[in-house]
Amino acid sequence: MSEPTIPVRPFTAAAFNQYLGEKKLMAAKCKKCGGAFVPPRAICPKCHSEDIEWVETSGKGKLAAFTVIYSGPTFMVEQGFDKKNPYVSGIVELEEGTNISARITGLDVSKPAEIKIGSPLKVDFVKFGEGEARKTYLAFKA
Amino acid sequence: MPKSKSLPRGVVVVGAGMSKFGAFAEKNSRDLFVEAFKEMTKSVDKGLDPSIIETLYIGNFTSDQFERQAHIAPILTDAVGLLPRPALRVEDACASGGVALRQGVMAIASGMVDVALVGGAEKMTALKTAEVTEALATAADVSYEIPAGFTFPGFYAAMATAYMHRYGMKPEHLMNVAIKNHDNAALNPYAQFGVTIQKWMEGRIEAAIKKGKPAPTWSTIWDFLHDEAGNPTVAWPLRLFDCSPVSDGAAAILLVAAERAHEFTDHPIHIIGSGQASDSALHDRPELTAIPAAKIAAQTAYEMAGVTAKDIRIAEVHDCFTIAEIIASEDLGFFAPGEGFKAAEDGVTARNGAKPINTSGGLKAKGHPVGASGVAQAVEVFKQMRGQAGERQVAGDVPVALTHNVGATGSTCVVHVYERRN
Repeated sequence: MSEPTIPVRPFTAAAFNQYLGEKKLMAAKCKKCGGAFVPPRAICPKCHSEDIEWVETSGKGKLAAFTVIYSGPTFMVEQGFDKKNPYVSGIVELEEGTNISARITGLDVSKPAEIKIGSPLKVDFVKFGEGEARKTYLAFKA
Repeated sequence: MPKSKSLPRGVVVVGAGMSKFGAFAEKNSRDLFVEAFKEMTKSVDKGLDPSIIETLYIGNFTSDQFERQAHIAPILTDAVGLLPRPALRVEDACASGGVALRQGVMAIASGMVDVALVGGAEKMTALKTAEVTEALATAADVSYEIPAGFTFPGFYAAMATAYMHRYGMKPEHLMNVAIKNHDNAALNPYAQFGVTIQKWMEGRIEAAIKKGKPAPTWSTIWDFLHDEAGNPTVAWPLRLFDCSPVSDGAAAILLVAAERAHEFTDHPIHIIGSGQASDSALHDRPELTAIPAAKIAAQTAYEMAGVTAKDIRIAEVHDCFTIAEIIASEDLGFFAPGEGFKAAEDGVTARNGAKPINTSGGLKAKGHPVGASGVAQAVEVFKQMRGQAGERQVAGDVPVALTHNVGATGSTCVVHVYERRN
């Protein structure tokens, strides 16, 4: 009898989000050219290979760009964010050399001019919503 | 990427018109499109028998969300009496209008049709602001960008922080773009905000006095623009006056085969270059201080046209946010990377400057009914190139002009180059 194999999750948003729920930030890595991609991709955008595998990232990165948002979408308003309580969204450059959009926590929103591009960040996972709508959101903390 | 080919036959604009842009509770997109169509018809020098129009391409981002009406192309075609002609709604977010124009150019260049109507329409103000924000957000990557809490002002604000970090720009520099575009829109009767920021500020002070409230103490527009009460932060570093408005409006242009131009006018405007490119979500790009697809689209259009950035006399660029105009002015090759904000500060891009940008008032002040914007840009260059821009007409000849239309954060970019030969 052969060993049971663990089914490989597809390279989809659903699978990526499932990993987030398990507190894992996963990248899709091209076995042919070595490119690592977050968000995941089923086809390598660099060499067009379809030979891809999931790898867990280190969760470390640095701030590439950011904004302090005073007027956000409904799901952020429901979390208590508004003009008086703004939040930060940003683009994070991961150690693996790929970038991702994420909530950024642990920064002083009252002094946006003092927030430094290049600041080191560590992955975090924010759960929000009730029942079936409960979801894990990708965040990074300063 | 494969190289661009030249057009197999010439395409010219012989008519162009737009509705007034603004917030019109009593008008839907078909009413606005009818207005634009009538303005276009009026502009054809030798008159237009509409029955010769063979096909329609209509830019519209999301009437499904804004008006709960999908499949809008045949409805707009019916509204202007052009059934049963084939009609296509073209959707590439805020670049829908510019991409519709490119479809029209390709249809005529291919030889399949001689006369095409290119339109754009969007009715945005029927929804509440929060709903509009969420409808627009669907132009981004809803799987991977929106869960981060990003809004459209937020995306462009993030680009601004990257740009500030790299080039030393301050948030104040962005205000130069808003001031200039309001100055231009004040001379455009079709603009949503046909008022300078100075007049806007004075209006706010007068209104406060009339209501018996304490008058704001702004003495210059810079006081006003720096004050949260006058110019609140939306997504730092962007404030209200860094953002284009929510708008209703439509635009229409008539494209014909160059060999038939003489039937319509002795002063056609030739479309000599067209380029379009696609890109990823913002986070997936190698740089955040430029829009790569805009550079590719521009390069493609310049090569097809046989011109360079230096040859462009005026440009209408996609200033959905002030930072977007600065980045566009660099992506198009007008200024070196990191120099665009200085050019705006020095007045180079003003109507009387060396490289006028957004003489119409741009999306910022003319208004941004998203699917119409790319077509309205062509309306402005058509008028400027033919010396018909009224009070805002630039001095001297405009032999070559350009339009630059962006979808989302630059996931779609489309650039056209225009030439006047007589």
